[in-house]
Amino acid sequence: MEIIPLGDSALVVRVREQFEDAPEERLNEVLRVFQLLQRAAIPGVVELAPAYTSVAVFFDPVAVLKSNGAANGVFDELATRIRSTIVPASRRHRRRTAANAPRLIEIPICYDAEFGFDLDRVAEHTKLSGPEIINLHSTGEYRVACIGFVPGFTFLAGLPRNLATPRRDVPRKEIPPGSVGIGGAQTGIYPLRSPGGWNLIGRTPLKLFDPTKNPPTLLHPGDRVRFRAITREEFESLTS
Amino acid sequence: MNAVVIRAGFLTSVQDLGRTGFRQFGVSTSGAVDSFALRVANLLVGNNESAAGLEITLGGLQLRFEDERIVAWCGGEFDVQIASRALPAGHVAELQSGDELKFGNAQFGCRCWLAISGGIDVAKRHPVLRFVRGVDWSRFDDVTIQRFTNQEFAVSPDSDRMGLRLDGPELKRKHEADLISEAVAPGTMQVPPSGKPILLLGDCQTIGGYPKIAHVITVDLGVAAQLRAGDRVHFSEVSLEDAHCLLLERERDLDRFRIGVSLQRS
Repeated sequence: MEIIPLGDSALVVRVREQFEDAPEERLNEVLRVFQLLQRAAIPGVVELAPAYTSVAVFFDPVAVLKSNGAANGVFDELATRIRSTIVPASRRHRRRTAANAPRLIEIPICYDAEFGFDLDRVAEHTKLSGPEIINLHSTGEYRVACIGFVPGFTFLAGLPRNLATPRRDVPRKEIPPGSVGIGGAQTGIYPLRSPGGWNLIGRTPLKLFDPTKNPPTLLHPGDRVRFRAITREEFESLTS
Repeated sequence: MNAVVIRAGFLTSVQDLGRTGFRQFGVSTSGAVDSFALRVANLLVGNNESAAGLEITLGGLQLRFEDERIVAWCGGEFDVQIASRALPAGHVAELQSGDELKFGNAQFGCRCWLAISGGIDVAKRHPVLRFVRGVDWSRFDDVTIQRFTNQEFAVSPDSDRMGLRLDGPELKRKHEADLISEAVAPGTMQVPPSGKPILLLGDCQTIGGYPKIAHVITVDLGVAAQLRAGDRVHFSEVSLEDAHCLLLERERDLDRFRIGVSLQRS
């Protein structure tokens, strides 16, 4: 475990350096660290943001200084508190995590060329044909690694390795809501109109973020996700 | 010329030979009080006689040079040292990067003029945003780090409340491997493969996957927030401890301000 500054008002707890080698285990460990930190409610900590291999801790440096004192500096003080909070997982915890089967949610995706702006780019990079990409992507088993970037953006783990495609050199300024993309070894869904650098291969008609609901997101970290390829007609009927 | 002012001394200012043609509007020539001394110092270092130099009053100035320069000074009598080597008036010294030049107190008179080869550029005063190193700092090669800290960037029109896109020298990583996404924060400077950095602002995303070269410190985010398309900006590194000290100082100022406001109301 590594604790690295993210500017002067946040830090990143890197639970593991790599993700691809054992994603299930990594994800469970990240979620466990997230829960431990949430429960610890360390004074001065404002909020937490889990990601694939890390949990970011946003803090108010002035509040940390006032509540803990900081003879060794704000960062070291907080890092020490965090280290003592993150105790190694007990055997019981591991058993319990394994027993708590996460829910499975199906997401319909239309891989129509009109939605998959970057299918050609992915094809060129992966040396796979369009139908092969769609088949591989829609039959994979995924888990929600984290929600972030913009409200409700769903980062998924489990992208078949041969689909990995580097992010675009220049991010797009605007991406249509529901767009499904590949960014490096990750895949994810853009819930809202937003900028973004991932390669777009399809679109879902589902609303992944609804600010009038609590919680506002359809998916949560840890959820299992399966995709179902749908036609353009089905897409339209599910949208209306 | 790049030099760090370690101590500014009692009164040090940049002076050239002044400006003529504005006397009719009540503006005097100004410039170095002893223009002859500045001209001699400039000639010694190979400058145009009219180049800007430093006018040092009563001493106390201490500079650390960050590139190679030739220096000379003229004027009153000062104890001037480079490391532990004395530099008398009217003599030339070649400074290496990292060398420190120190002016002691005036022995005789009160002013002297320091000329530096290449002169001193004061025409542009662009804001400097201070930063701490990002998680991916070491993924960038030395040339890129030099470019990032020494060169100027321009704010692109493609900027909004989420972030400022910056045009300038291309920033390149040693290896273009894709990274796993993780948290970003206002102030984070991401570098997409285009090599053009993006400085994230208040409405930025929570998670990003482009490498993070640096983070603009919290107290300077207000400066970043005022930048318009076309504005030019520089970046300068500070330690995390200094970033926290500056933030704490600002918060203390606000505490005093809060008390002042409450006294006004009561």
